[in-house]
Amino acid sequence: MSQQDQKDHQGQQQPEPLPVHTTTIQKVRIMMKEELETTNRPDNTAFTQQRLPAWQPMLSAGIVIPGFVLIGLAFIGIGVALFITSQNITVLEKDYTGVETTSDCYKCSNPSDKNCTCKLEFSLSTLFEGPVFFYYGLSNYFQSQRSYGASKDEYQLSGDLDYFKTPISACSPYQYDANQNPIVPCGSLANSMFNDTFKLYQIVNGTKKLVPFDGKGIAWWTDYNIKYRNPSVTPLKNAFNGTVKPSFWSKPAYELDTSDPSNNGFVNQDFLVWMRRAALPDFRKLYRRITEGDYARGLPAGNYSLEIAYNYPVLSFGGRKKVVFSNVSWMGGKNQFLGIAYLVVGSLCVVMSMVMLIVYAKFKFPEDD
Amino acid sequence: MLRRRLNRLFGRDERKVDSRTIYVGHRPCPATEALIPPKFCDNRIVSSKYTVWNFLPKNLFEQFRRIANFYFLIIFLVQVIVDTPTSPVTSGLPLFFVITVTAIKQGYEDWLRHKADNEVNKYLVTVLEDGRRACKESEKIKVGDVVEVVEDETFPCDLILLQSSREDETCFVTTASLDGSPTIRWSVAVYSGMETKMALNYQGKSQKRSAVEKSINAFLLVYLCILVSKALVCTTLKYVWQNRPGQDEPWYNQKTQKEKDTNLYLKMFTDFLSFMVLFNFIIPVSMYVTVEMQKFLGSFFISWDKDFFDPEIQEGALVNTSDLNEELGQVEYVFTDKTGTLTQNNMEFIECCIDGFQYKYADSGTELDGFCVTDGPVNILQQKAGREELFLRALCLCHTVQVKETVGPADLGGFIASSPDEVALVKGAMKYGFKFLGMESKNMRVMNRNNDVETYELLHVLNFDPVRRRMSVIVRTKSGDTMLFCKGADSSIFPRVRQEEVDKIRMHVERNATEGYRTLCVAYKLLSREEYDQADTGLREAKLALQDREEKLMAVYNQVETGMSLIGATAVEDRLQEEAAETMEALQGAGMKVWVLTGDKMETAKSTCYACRLFQRSTELLELTVRTLVDLGRKREVRLHELLLDYHKRAVQDAPPIKAGVTRSWSSANQDYGFIIDGATLSLVLNSSPDSNSSCYKSLFLQICQNCTTVLCCRMAPLQKAQIVKMVKNCKGSPITLSIGDGANDVSMILEAHVGIGIKGREGRQAVRNSDYAIPKLKHLKKLLLGHGHLYYVRIAHLVQYFFYKNLCFILPQFLYQFFCGYSQQPLYDAAYLTMYNICFTSMPILANSLLEQHICMEVLMDNAALYRDVAKNAMLGWGPFLYWTLLGVYQGLLFFFGVRFLFSNPALQDNGQVFGNWSYGTIVFTVLVFTVTLKLAMDTRHWTWINHFVIWGSLAFYMFFSFFWGGIIWPFLRQQRLYFVFANMLSSVSAWLIIILLILLSLLPEILLLVLRKPRGPHSRQVLSTYSDTISFKC
Repeated sequence: MSQQDQKDHQGQQQPEPLPVHTTTIQKVRIMMKEELETTNRPDNTAFTQQRLPAWQPMLSAGIVIPGFVLIGLAFIGIGVALFITSQNITVLEKDYTGVETTSDCYKCSNPSDKNCTCKLEFSLSTLFEGPVFFYYGLSNYFQSQRSYGASKDEYQLSGDLDYFKTPISACSPYQYDANQNPIVPCGSLANSMFNDTFKLYQIVNGTKKLVPFDGKGIAWWTDYNIKYRNPSVTPLKNAFNGTVKPSFWSKPAYELDTSDPSNNGFVNQDFLVWMRRAALPDFRKLYRRITEGDYARGLPAGNYSLEIAYNYPVLSFGGRKKVVFSNVSWMGGKNQFLGIAYLVVGSLCVVMSMVMLIVYAKFKFPEDD
Repeated sequence: MLRRRLNRLFGRDERKVDSRTIYVGHRPCPATEALIPPKFCDNRIVSSKYTVWNFLPKNLFEQFRRIANFYFLIIFLVQVIVDTPTSPVTSGLPLFFVITVTAIKQGYEDWLRHKADNEVNKYLVTVLEDGRRACKESEKIKVGDVVEVVEDETFPCDLILLQSSREDETCFVTTASLDGSPTIRWSVAVYSGMETKMALNYQGKSQKRSAVEKSINAFLLVYLCILVSKALVCTTLKYVWQNRPGQDEPWYNQKTQKEKDTNLYLKMFTDFLSFMVLFNFIIPVSMYVTVEMQKFLGSFFISWDKDFFDPEIQEGALVNTSDLNEELGQVEYVFTDKTGTLTQNNMEFIECCIDGFQYKYADSGTELDGFCVTDGPVNILQQKAGREELFLRALCLCHTVQVKETVGPADLGGFIASSPDEVALVKGAMKYGFKFLGMESKNMRVMNRNNDVETYELLHVLNFDPVRRRMSVIVRTKSGDTMLFCKGADSSIFPRVRQEEVDKIRMHVERNATEGYRTLCVAYKLLSREEYDQADTGLREAKLALQDREEKLMAVYNQVETGMSLIGATAVEDRLQEEAAETMEALQGAGMKVWVLTGDKMETAKSTCYACRLFQRSTELLELTVRTLVDLGRKREVRLHELLLDYHKRAVQDAPPIKAGVTRSWSSANQDYGFIIDGATLSLVLNSSPDSNSSCYKSLFLQICQNCTTVLCCRMAPLQKAQIVKMVKNCKGSPITLSIGDGANDVSMILEAHVGIGIKGREGRQAVRNSDYAIPKLKHLKKLLLGHGHLYYVRIAHLVQYFFYKNLCFILPQFLYQFFCGYSQQPLYDAAYLTMYNICFTSMPILANSLLEQHICMEVLMDNAALYRDVAKNAMLGWGPFLYWTLLGVYQGLLFFFGVRFLFSNPALQDNGQVFGNWSYGTIVFTVLVFTVTLKLAMDTRHWTWINHFVIWGSLAFYMFFSFFWGGIIWPFLRQQRLYFVFANMLSSVSAWLIIILLILLSLLPEILLLVLRKPRGPHSRQVLSTYSDTISFKC
């Protein structure tokens, strides 16, 4: 029978007298005996020894200065090309919101006035080179709002008939109408589709000559051919049985373009263009191209009259509407920013390389010694 | 604290805490005793944390206790509950990934612990059961079992000795169990399993956290503030904006009935939460897991390093914790043990000096000034021979060495002694033909040169003590002469012998001392009968004295040890560890302060310090020991105060101001100070009476020490070592401390310091087991700190900064986009990009970089210890660098967003006149982002192995591939096909290409400039790089 002084047992802080329970030693000994010399020795590979062959780049003046000059020159070159290209792009921008009383569209700016048309007249002194692209532009219009962008049913828009009957709840408040009929296409985004229409006339000897618009190829190819699908029901109208059109729309989806079945319903190109949300609150969207007939080479000099069916209200939220005629180049529409930015950065590079050259000349290329 | 733990262990039964009653051999308890046999735990050692069953819940619980994981869980829950801009998947998936990786890592580590436990628990021990021996697994030992432990075996649990194989019923238990000789025959198990001292010690080990983690937490707090303020700004602006006419609910985006009904404040709150969710990616979810993986994988490089492999013990370095890798690069104070760490604890008799003649033993037999000096008159020679024999006899007799009972040939020299010097002396005498055979009852037997056995009756041993600094024996020869042999430090012997003898020897002694040898002088005295009787009675009386025994003994000792005649002096070398001096020099060159903490005597420790070049000839020593304190016979406190003030004046006030951080450079002409303090004085400094100004002493002491290059603390108890470490650790600026030791008495300081290093020496495994890192030799410390430590620190610091940076410039555009989407929480990037950014697109390059980067080559780092100072004091994780990275992130984030913003002033970016929408916008920004942050990392990479190439270019390629793939298919399980062909369309636009290239270049431009312009001004890197650039390119 034995008792141990508890104090002696409090070896926690004071390792002396020592805890004699040194089992690890046995472990180690066993290992030492059992294992061969080679198994214990660390692998002598380049990786384990952190000696992998490595490239150690040194940014020396000899590389950086010529590099900067080259990059700078290349950028200046691209910048010049961009700038000139952008300069050569002709743009004609006209606001037709009708805020100013002098504007013809002023009469239509009252939202209670339905089916109002107004005219926008302009003249070209030289040939507006083609192909001319005709855009409409909206400002202070937040297509980028989250709830707005989420308010659509992509299953519905890909032609799934199940979702014609029960649209996704994200479409609310444009999910069902007051009579609980499903709205197709549902949601704020589709509901607010831009519905001003334009007709362009050239005034030739006092008579109006219609400039033909090409409404094809204004939406992304993949949107038109793959992403958006009409339900495979003929006639298309039947698929929409039991549904109602969006409240803002004047006609149902299956009547968007009755003349061309391949441009009707959800694959209507105007609809597709609208459904691709703009990134910024001031945006433009492609409306038509002018590629046909006498106007394939562009709009000849002369007087033009644009007839606008003014339907789309923007003044309530302080928005503006405009039309833009523009031709495009390899870089897209007119954008001075890119060319200038390239010129600035390119010159910056060249200037910096000069500064560096001076600095290094002063320090006598210290690292090359 | 221990008591509390014990209480817990023992349950509520308080009585059992102080004593336990054990029935040896499980005899049935006598009925008369009304004691219920207490239940003791079994002898199973459990160091593992989990079992198969509780792993999942317990691990999850532990992980979510982490503040970051909990934060992400909350974000995830908010996403599930509230209508938020991003789906719960975007934060749920990374969280799941992080939790899984961490769980795998912890599971693996626990599996290793299970394996180690099993090895211990299944070890077979011999137990006496019913009078027979039985083999039992260690874990099945019960309290009260009688256990047999044979020599050189270790104990399976805490035992009480019952019987020993030795005649005198004693046993030697060396703490250094490896070469100890526990010759216990039987013993009884007292404490078993988790109640053993060892297990209790183990439990006391708290987890160490690195300084880097503290920096991370500070940065995290800043980012949390940024996050909250971003969300607040957006929420406020949203409601300000909506108050403007027409903006709250434009006709095209009408609210649902539910939204209209919701309370305004609730709406504000949910909006705030939504913004938080939208911006939550600014706090890098994957950083913790990347840091953890970096530490875990990175620590392999230490155990893999073949430079740490020691062929003698067939082992390399051992990493016990991977949490402190980077701390190795931040060490400011090194606390080292002396014996076994700085020195090999392998004493060797080097030379002796008898009557002024130097004798040096040489293996080859050629003697410098040897034992067969033939010149000079024969009578002198004979006289000399007589003195020689006397000297050697003295060496053989004046000690407390015992002969080890070994079965092997005795001449291998198995001696046991409290001090290795004594063994060295006895062995030294053996080399010259006088051999100590051991004790036989009270007789010491010595075999002389003629192989005759002489016996001496041992009458008294006048033990060694640090104040007297000598020890003596009184023996009676066969012829009846009573002789006193005394050996001790020169300073204590010289005043007690004749002056002319001293003069002959002093020169030798001093020379030996300066060479770093331990010197002892040997003297003798023939005692007349009267003298002996007087001494004998004095000693006996003093020994029996009940009061002031120490003082009385001392008085008698001093009285007896007078009028001796000096025979000679010995020089014993305590061999330094390989490259000990070089290592110490490198550490000091790296700006570390080395403190030697030892239990040894001051003289020996001092000589070791000289030998290790910790003290140099020019070093001015400030001594604060018992000796300096008792000098004047005044009160010790007074003297202490005086000395402290004096030293403070010399070392602190008069010293020229030191530049921040750098305390000593080789070139500086400053006076170096060394400080010496001993245990007794230290406790006086630390625990002086409460009314006196103890804190003043302490701060004075600390200030002096901080200005000394080396501090030597001798005569330390193990606990005092820990006290010192703790004191330095907690002083102003909380410097990073490192303790290195090999023995069990170093465990306390190893556990106390930020980083504990164990040396796999001969003194058992205690230190190794309790250390964070274990290395076979002291010399490996240099590479561990200057090489690995420096690299790890740079790597992890870069990793942390980069992570914050890349998430800042990731989320900033998303924040800015809120100004262009009516503060509607519209995400700029697609959900897939939000999710994958941190776990796929940008995770691998930084992980590879943080594992492989060598901004400066390992060889260069080791050759230039001063480079270590460049990263001292957490230099790369200070607020300065953090601000730089943050500004860089802000600059790039602004650039990404507004660059694309100006491009989109005309969204017709394709040559067919078609326009881009919001997802194209986001994708362009994201592409620029991914390329920029990856190329930024590429620019930071100084060491391009094929792995770096593979992951950097591979990540970019993967991003391209993924984007094509993600946008190339109508995903059947997704409702929204937002990115369908967005990426491909973007690439078909020349303008998009051009803006991407422009923005990448522009955002990297300041970095490139800095890189080029900064280099010529760099203090160290330039010379190093220019000097070594040729060699590096071949080596690394």
